[in-house]
Amino acid sequence: MTTAISASSRNVIRCHACGMTHASPEPDETGYCTRCDARMHARKRNSVTQTWAFLVAAIILYVPAMALPVMHSNSLMGSEDDTILQGIAYFWNSGSWDLAILIFIASVLVPLLKISSLTLLNCTVQRRMTWANRQRASLYRIVEFIGPWSMLDVFVVALTVSLVRFHSLAEISPRAGIMAFGSVVVLTMFASMSFDPRLIWDATETS
Amino acid sequence: MTTEIDREGSPLPKPRIEKQRRLSPALVWLVPLVAAIVGLSIVVRTIREQGPTITIVFQTADGIEPGKTEVKYKNVLVGRVGTVTLDRETHKVEVAVDLEKKYSYFAVDDTRFWVERPRIGLGGVSGLGTLLSGAYIGVDVGVSKKGRKHFLGDENPPSVTRDVPGRRFYLHGKDLGSLDIGSPVYFHRVAVGRIVSWHLDDDGRGVTLEMFISTPYDAHVTSEKRFYNASGVDLSVTSAGLKVNTQSLSTIVAGGVAFDSPPGEGEQSRAKDGTTFSLFPNLEAALMPPDGPSMAVRIRFNESVRGLSLGAPLNFRGVDLGSVTAINMKYDNATKSFPIDVDALIFPARLGEAYQDIVAARGPSHEDHPGIFFRALIEHGFRAQLRSGNLITGQLYIALDFMKNAPKVEYDISAKPLAIPSVPGPTQEIQDEIADIARKLDRIPFDKIGQDLHGTLTNANLLLAQLNTQIAPQAKATLQSAQGALDSLNAMLTTDSPTQRNARQTMEELQRAARSLRNLADYLDRHPEALLRGKPDEAETTRGKKGDAQ
Repeated sequence: MTTAISASSRNVIRCHACGMTHASPEPDETGYCTRCDARMHARKRNSVTQTWAFLVAAIILYVPAMALPVMHSNSLMGSEDDTILQGIAYFWNSGSWDLAILIFIASVLVPLLKISSLTLLNCTVQRRMTWANRQRASLYRIVEFIGPWSMLDVFVVALTVSLVRFHSLAEISPRAGIMAFGSVVVLTMFASMSFDPRLIWDATETS
Repeated sequence: MTTEIDREGSPLPKPRIEKQRRLSPALVWLVPLVAAIVGLSIVVRTIREQGPTITIVFQTADGIEPGKTEVKYKNVLVGRVGTVTLDRETHKVEVAVDLEKKYSYFAVDDTRFWVERPRIGLGGVSGLGTLLSGAYIGVDVGVSKKGRKHFLGDENPPSVTRDVPGRRFYLHGKDLGSLDIGSPVYFHRVAVGRIVSWHLDDDGRGVTLEMFISTPYDAHVTSEKRFYNASGVDLSVTSAGLKVNTQSLSTIVAGGVAFDSPPGEGEQSRAKDGTTFSLFPNLEAALMPPDGPSMAVRIRFNESVRGLSLGAPLNFRGVDLGSVTAINMKYDNATKSFPIDVDALIFPARLGEAYQDIVAARGPSHEDHPGIFFRALIEHGFRAQLRSGNLITGQLYIALDFMKNAPKVEYDISAKPLAIPSVPGPTQEIQDEIADIARKLDRIPFDKIGQDLHGTLTNANLLLAQLNTQIAPQAKATLQSAQGALDSLNAMLTTDSPTQRNARQTMEELQRAARSLRNLADYLDRHPEALLRGKPDEAETTRGKKGDAQ
């Protein structure tokens, strides 16, 4: 492995917004770009702690997101509450297995994978492990890329709720589950944002 | 710290340093804390809302969907079906129902469950709403304090739910007729209640029905009321004629019970809850006074009993005293005839006050010994007679009455059953008379009369022919000459004919002659002497006249 020279090891800091390079400030100081006034930091501050916090919150809310009904449909055929898993089962049983797989991946698997990936990354970073750095970096990129797609379910519910409003005939209203689910997605996005991938390589430098 | 230099060698600019109040990094843990609180509250709420789970056993799970089928009381959701499983041994369906927490009081001993499906029966249509929404489990909440987790579901909805105010009574009848659970109960043709259940008696001698009369109509159920079966169309052909009777259109198909007061002023106390009433087969039977003890009698007829059916009435002056129970043919070797024994049951109490009066007048032994009672009647000519009740249908009934000129009969008061002597019926008498007339008619020699009549008619015919050929021309000539005579007579009698004129003159002459004769008579009357002396002078005559005038 080639020895990398990092900016921080050379006491250089670069503005994220305009790209202007400055000399590093003292560790207990916060530097602002002299050109565009953006705040600068060599590493995200408290990255590991913040990531942990968001992850824990996401894990907690993942349970009600799966267990609680996300949607309440009221029609002539009666009224019922549907959880995400019930919806998947319904699509699977009614023959639309492609739709079922799509929803399963977008709504169940992706948040789960994001949470577990970020947990893995954060864990290894905290322990300053030097194991499989490149793979971990590409895992982080996948997580970043895939993140917004798990909002699919929220969009589906938002669309159906606004579309199906034939008062006495049929009506669909959101339930607490979709709030929990949306929170999970948002929290995982926060977690991946607060995670600083540069920390992966810091362990390699110091070791 | 070494200062990094760029490619040109000029030092990098120092960033602007700003002192900043930095938030504690630990504050970020508020996020999972809030999430935990929210999650925990949801869990706590779910657990607190979790009501008891009960199991209901049904015959079939038709229309029940796990996780979907609702349990409703008055269309209010009180629970939802969890799982549906088959019992391994009984092969019945066990339905687990999660009751809502606030409705956990539904899980008591006398709560009833049933599956509400669309039902189309003779009594009406129910559960149409479930055609679209699917079946649901109906509940009738119990009032018991005792809790229960396992229930046996009803196959049909109860006809009366527990929250309807009213009272329950029992009916005991010989058979169910066309009644069923849910059959209406009518009072003055107002539907006041329903049959709730029925069961065969343990001894198998009848059925007991439970009925529910809703408030305020239950106040009309007094101990004196008579209940009768008003099922269907009561179509009966009896000696009284064809009779159609019905309570309401729905009873025609679904059956029903009606009740009414017996005639007369009875004690009208409200019946206690759970009182058992007798169920009569029809209104007449219900309103009849109590029959009292029955008595078997046997009547021997020596005539045809065609038209007499089992159950035909024994009628005493319009009151049915009993009915025929058996008709048996016998052979009497002594007379070589086939008499017919008719067995019947008689209820002496149906004579009403007359019976009481007779018993009172003759002493209680009559009541104890019906033989003595009947002996007294039969001594006074009490007889049975077959009479035609209905000319069209030819139905017969047995009339009991006091017959004049009834022959005396021997009477055995200890015979069982008691024998009531009979007299030939009016039908029989009429038949006999008609036969008699026919015999008399038979003896008239219609043949001979016919032959004589024939000869007479031939002679008459000959006579008429003679008249036609011989007498008629002569008669014609005679008539012509008569015509001529009449014509001349006519000419003679016209006003201006000489005969007429002569006659008139003659008449005038006669008149004058008569007048002179009268004068003469008058003169002679006054002067009778003139006959001898002749007529005096004119003067004397005048004087005489004056003297007369004076």
